[in-house]
Parts: sequence; structure tokens; C-alpha cells
Amino acid sequence: MHLVLFLIFGGLCVAGALNLLLQRHPINSALSLIVVMTSLAVLYLLLGAEFLAAAQVIVYSGAIMVLFTFVIMLLNAGKEERTHGSKAAYIVGFPGAAALLGILTYIFLKQSDHLGSAKLGGYLVTTSDLSRVLFRDLLLPFEVTSVLILVAILGAVALARREH
Amino acid sequence: MTSSLHLWLIPLVPFAGFLVNGLLGRRFPKALVTTVALIATLIPFVQVANIALHFSSLTLPYTEQVATWITAGNFHADFAFALDQLTLIMLLVVTGVGFLIHIYSVGYMAEEEGYWRFFAYLNLFMFFMLTLVLAENFLLMFVGWEGVGLASYLLIGFYLTKDSAANAGKKAFVVNRIGDFGFLLAMFLLIAHFGTLSFSEVFNQVAQHPEWQGGFLTAIALFLILGATGKSAQIPLYVWLPDAMEGPTPVSALIHAATMVTAGVYMVVRTHVIFDRSPFALSTIAVIGTATALFAATIGLVQTDIKRVLAYSTVSQLGYMFLACGVAAYSSGIFHLLTHAFFKALLFLSAGSVIHALSGEQDMRVMGGLRKKIPITFWTMTMAVFAISGFPPFAGFFSKDEILYQAFISPNGLGKILWFIGLFTAGLTSFYMFRLWYLTFFGESRAQATTAHDDHGHGHGHGVHESSWVMLTPLVILAILSGIGGWVGVPEAMGGHAEIAHFLSPVTGAAHEAAEGRSMELLLAAVSVTVAVIGWFIAHLMYFAKPALPAQLASKVRGLYSLLLNKYWVDELYGAVVVAPLLLISRYVLKGLFDTGVITGGGMAIGYSAQGLGALVQRVQSGNIRSYAGWLALGAAALLLLTYVGFGTHLLFR
Amino acid sequence: MVVPIAYYLVLSAILFSIGVAAFLIKRNIISIFMSIELMLNAVNLTFVAFAHQWHQVSGQIFVFFVMVVAAAEAAVGLAIIIAIFRTRNTLDVDHVDLMKL
Repeated sequence: MHLVLFLIFGGLCVAGALNLLLQRHPINSALSLIVVMTSLAVLYLLLGAEFLAAAQVIVYSGAIMVLFTFVIMLLNAGKEERTHGSKAAYIVGFPGAAALLGILTYIFLKQSDHLGSAKLGGYLVTTSDLSRVLFRDLLLPFEVTSVLILVAILGAVALARREH
Repeated sequence: MTSSLHLWLIPLVPFAGFLVNGLLGRRFPKALVTTVALIATLIPFVQVANIALHFSSLTLPYTEQVATWITAGNFHADFAFALDQLTLIMLLVVTGVGFLIHIYSVGYMAEEEGYWRFFAYLNLFMFFMLTLVLAENFLLMFVGWEGVGLASYLLIGFYLTKDSAANAGKKAFVVNRIGDFGFLLAMFLLIAHFGTLSFSEVFNQVAQHPEWQGGFLTAIALFLILGATGKSAQIPLYVWLPDAMEGPTPVSALIHAATMVTAGVYMVVRTHVIFDRSPFALSTIAVIGTATALFAATIGLVQTDIKRVLAYSTVSQLGYMFLACGVAAYSSGIFHLLTHAFFKALLFLSAGSVIHALSGEQDMRVMGGLRKKIPITFWTMTMAVFAISGFPPFAGFFSKDEILYQAFISPNGLGKILWFIGLFTAGLTSFYMFRLWYLTFFGESRAQATTAHDDHGHGHGHGVHESSWVMLTPLVILAILSGIGGWVGVPEAMGGHAEIAHFLSPVTGAAHEAAEGRSMELLLAAVSVTVAVIGWFIAHLMYFAKPALPAQLASKVRGLYSLLLNKYWVDELYGAVVVAPLLLISRYVLKGLFDTGVITGGGMAIGYSAQGLGALVQRVQSGNIRSYAGWLALGAAALLLLTYVGFGTHLLFR
Repeated sequence: MVVPIAYYLVLSAILFSIGVAAFLIKRNIISIFMSIELMLNAVNLTFVAFAHQWHQVSGQIFVFFVMVVAAAEAAVGLAIIIAIFRTRNTLDVDHVDLMKL
């Protein structure tokens, strides 16, 4: 059961990611990314992170991706044209990415017996557990992140403002 | 143990004079420049005279160490001065004649631009010459040796706006350098074989090893001879001395007659211990000296510039000194050096007086009839002419005769041949000196109305006039010395005591006495005088009695005349054989190949490769975000690999 | 039927590599930004997987913070893109290759 669910939603993730890669129009890429985010939320649930699954949907696909879509529509981004491009990106970049994938996969598979396995419901973190740690041990970083968000808001407003 | 004589002061006072006049002289009034220069030369002379007076109370040899110079392992050389009889004679000549010429120059150079520069250089020369003479080791002597070459260059090219003067200076320096090269090689051999350059140590070592004959000692001697031929203008390196007449006449008198050119003779006499062990080297010197004497005398027969005649005469007389050294009659060589300093300096200075009187004219063909107009110059020059021609009782007779006698009785097989050639050359000497005498002072004046500007640089415009007393006083003093200067060396055969030979014998070894004894000496002396008289007679015939004769003779032996007039084409020969190939090599190999190709090319290659490398690396900074991303991805993969396998990854790929 | 953690990790690696590839291929700035978000999500998955394996909450907390930062970064980054679009009038990343306008 767990495996089936994993395979379905994992496959959805990969499919969405590939679609993001292959689509020409950015809005299609954005929508594919939303699919990826949502599938990831399900995977988080499978791994027992209920708060994070909710946060993923609310924050990531609900706010961030919407922001992306707004900007795409604001700037009227069209289909991509073929421009002169960069040889380095293809010649050097793809082997780099492939090497990354290869190395990581190799490492993970090699060590798979040291790593355990995930059981459904094996480790469940409730929101109260999470918040207990967050507001007791990590209160300062939490407050600092609120400052960070404030700064980000101010920065965004200042940067995107129209010059007079 | 005598108290310190402060020998170091002797060279240093002229050096101080050079510094003062050289650095500040431009702004001094002329009187101050004169005072500084004369004091800087007078003080050493007084000091030397003082030493001479107390000479008998000194313990010899006297050395004075001023400072350590080089200590490298077992080798060390110091700034050290030494005094012995030979040094004393040289010091007297250099400081005495030098001082007189300084006085003369005050008058001669009075209207020159660069008056201060002249005296600065002259003092510099005195400094180096005194260092050369006082040096206790080869290295310090070499300092003086090269330094006098430098001073000579500066003074020959004194009229620095004249191309010919600058070229002459350059020629002198370069030719001297070839000789210096020989001296250097000799020094290296000395270090290799003796481990030291100190005179006393080298000579002691040689004395302790009587079995050392020839071999490496010959090699050292031959290289020293090369140096001596450069400095003393012998074959094959004499070519600079005639050209050096471009310099002012006092320079010719001091440097190229009395002092610098005698440095080679002094050096040979100083190192005679080495030469004594190498009969081959001695013969070489004798042959070179005699050949040069004859060679230069023949050229001097037909020259028309009064200073050129005297220049070739100097070369010729130096040949006599070398002949003396070659037959191991060292004290005779020094004796001739002494007398030659007197009469040759006098000849040059009076020639300068003549030139000054004629406002710069040097060509004898337009002189004549000056006897009544410049009487004092005439009489002093007459003394010098008689002295050099070897008439008794003047100075040159005793010294030249001594040399010829020593050549005749020399155990060397060539002795008698050398004697004969020397005798013949003495006749030639007498002839060309009296030729000069007649052409300059006798007959009708052949001077043209225009004034010449050659040597003097300024026209007088007020006719032929005697020189001022500033210039005449040294002439008179030197004339007296030319008269009586030889009396220190009158041989016993003629009733004298040969003081100078005895004086020098601790340094030079005892002179030879022949089996034939005194009568042979008197006979040879009589022959010399006869030859001198014949020379005078022929000159009288050709230039006084029958003035048309020279031109007729010249047209009859046109080839020989042309050969002599053009100095045997030696300068042209050197130019073609030595100078031209060197120029070619310099221009095409050294400049074209090395300078342009290797050095400039190498530099450019580095520049270009840096540029190329930069251009390559520049491609990374494209501004294109995606290419940056590509490199980032590669880098990330590499880092990941390194993190996984650790930083000993290179060992994986063994 | 259990799923080995390794599978989650491999999935995350695949997502990350696709993100890198998308970064390299895409010419639109916004698409590139989205591929960055994809990479961040892949990393989040790794954290959660390890948190599950080792029974530690801190993995999930880290994800929380990553999300916060990603949100802030997205906001500011998009503002910058808007500013660039205003001056250069292009969203093509290959045309934004000079510091000077």
C-alpha cells in the first residue's frame, strides 16, 4: 500500500518535473510545478509530517506558485524563442547534472541497507510536537524568520515600485 | 722602523681636487679652479720631495696597508701602497712633470670653455697614475691602470663637440681595453698559480723556486706584454696614440709622453722577476720594442702635423724602453723613461707654445721662420731636439746609449741585430727631429693670412706672439732638466758613477758588465753620436740648404713615400680585418638574432601568451547566466564526488 | 510493504537533477526561478525522509525554515525580475548579459 502510493505520487512528481522542463510557455511550467508541489505534500504525509504537508500546500502551491502565476501574467511572458544560447550550459552543464544524478543515486542505493525503511505511521509528528520544539527550543530563530519575512516584504515593495 | 709616510695621501689629494673641481668647478671663478688644481698637485709633489730627501733613512721595502679589500677563502687583496727606489723615481716623474704641466695648462687653456672640466680630469688622471705607481699588488695597480685609460679617454675627447676628438677618445679606450684584457688574464693566471696578487708574495714564491722556468711563467709574461703594448702603444696596439693628438697639447705632454704610456714599461720592470724566468718573453719584448721603434720612426719621417711627428716619436722612444727591458737592462729602461719624460714633455709643451703662437696652426708646411719671433720657445725646443737626438751632454744621449750598449752586449742571440736596428732608428730620430726643427723655426715664413682653429679653438688675430710667462716657465725648467737630467746615469766608462743604476739595483738587479769593458762602451757611444750627426746633416741638407729636395725625393720614390705617409695603411687594415667583421657580427648576429629575436622576441612571446591565455579565460566571464549555471553544476558534481570519496581521490586514479 | 528510505532519496535526487537541467535549458527568467523552487523542494523531501528515519523532529523544523526562506526569496526575486523587465524589456536570460545597459 505504502509502496503503491509512493510510486503513484512519486511518478506524478517526476512527470510534473519533466513537464516543467519540456514546456515552452512558462505558465505551463508553473502549473506543472503546482502538480509537483501537491504530490510532494502527499509524500510528506506518507512520511508522517502532517504539518509540513499542510504547509506545503498552503504556502508553496497556494501562495508562492500563485505569486509566480501573477508575475507571469503581469509581465505577459510569452513562449520562449530560440536565441543564441550558451554552449557551456549544454557541454558542461548536462554532464554536470548527469554526474550529480549518477553520484547521488549510486550513493543512496549503495547505502540502502544502512538506511532503514519507511513504514506508514511509523513515525508521526503532530503539529503540537512540532510547535513544542519550535516555540520552546527554537524561539529565537522563529522570531528572526518573522523579521526576515518583514524585510523581504519591504524589499519586494521597494524593488517593484514604479520610479517617479 | 720608520714612522708612517702617509703614502695614501699622495693619490688622495689629487682625487679631492678632482671632486672639488668636478662637482663645483662650473660655478667657481677661474682663479679658484686654478688654485684648487695646482694645490692638489703641489702637495703630492712636496710630499714626494720630502720622502726623497729622507730616503736613505727609510727601511725598505716599505708597505702601508690602508684597508682590506677582498678576502675570499685563501685569497685576499688589500688597498696597500708600497715604496721602493723604483716607485720613488716614478713618483718624482709623475708629480714633478705633472705639476709643471698643470702650471703650463693654466696659460694654455686659459680661454677654453670647460676650463674647470679640464683640470678636474687632469687631477683625476694624477690620482689614478699615482695609484698605479704606488700599488703594492696587481689588483690595485690594475685599478690605476684602467683609471688612467679612463682619464685618457676623457681628456682626448675634451673638445667634445668635435667628432674626430670623440672618435679618437673612443679608439684609445677600446684599444687600451684589449691590452687590459691581457692584463686581466695574467692576473687570473697569477691567482691560479700563486694564490695571491701581492707583488712581494709572488716574487718571493718565484725566488724560492729556481726550477720554475718558462711554462706558465711565460704565459703570464706574454699576457702582461699584451697589456703593456696596449698601454704603452707598441705593436700591435699603438694605433691609438697618433689619434690621441686630438686632445689638448698639455694632455699629450702629460699622458701620452711622460706618464701614462710609461705605465707599461713600469709594469714590466716591476714584474721583471717573472720575465727573468722566461727568455722567450724577454726576446718577445725586445723584438716588439725594436720593431716598433723602427716602424714608428719611419712613419714620423714624412708626417706634416707637428704633433703627429711627436706622437710617432713617442711610440718610437717607448720602443727603446721596451728594448731595454727585453735585454734585461731594466734600470736602463727606467733611466730612458726618466729622460724621455723631460725632453718629450718639453717637446710637446713647446709645440703647444708654437701652436699657440700661430693661433692654432699645426701643419708644419705652413710654418717657418719662427726663430726670431718666439725666441724662448725656440731655445727650449732646441734643447729638447738635441736631447732626443742623443747628443752629449744632453739627457737623451746617456740613456739611449746605455740601452744600445746593453743590447749589444746582451747574451741574447739577437742582441747585435737589435743594436744595429736601434742605431739606425736613432739616426732616423735625429733626422726627423731636426726636420721638424728646421721646418718650424727656420727659413721663410710660409704661414697664410688666415688663422686656423684646430687645436686651440679660438683665433687671436694679433699675429705671432710669444707665450705668457705662465707657459714659458715650465718650458725653461724642463729645458734645464733635459740638459742635466742625464747626468744621474753617466756610466763609469765616461767618468761617471752610474748613480741611477746603482740606486735601482735593489729592485732591478745588477746591470750587466761586458767582458769587453769600457773601451767597447766608448766606441759604441762614438758610433751613436756619429749617426746622430749624420741625421742632422741630412736634415740640414733637405730642409735648410736645398728646400726643394724633399719634394723631388718624394716624387722619385712615390710608392714608399705614400706607404709612409699613410702609416703603412695599418688603421685601414685593422678597420677591415677587425672592425668590419665585428660590426657585421654586432649588427646581424647580436642585434638581429639575439637582441631582436631572442630577447625582444622572448619578451613579446610572453606578452602574447599572457594575452592569449587571458583571452581564453575571458570566455568564462561571458555574462551569460546559463553558462555560469553550467559551470556551477559541474563544480557541484565535483565537490560531491570529493566529499564522498574523500580528498584522497587522486589516489583512486593510480 | 515497506518503502526503503533509499527510494525517497533517489526520488529527491531525480527531482534535483531535473531542476538543474531545467535551469540550464530554460531561457525565461521565471522558468529558471521555478526550477530553483523545484530544487529546494527536492531537498525538503530529503530532510523529511531522514527525519522519518531517525525519528528526529529537527529535520521537519528545518524544512519549515526552508519554506519560509524560499517564500521570502521568491517574493524578492520576483520583484527583481519585475524591475529588470522594466528596464530591459526582455525576460530572456541570454539578453541580460551586460552589466551596463
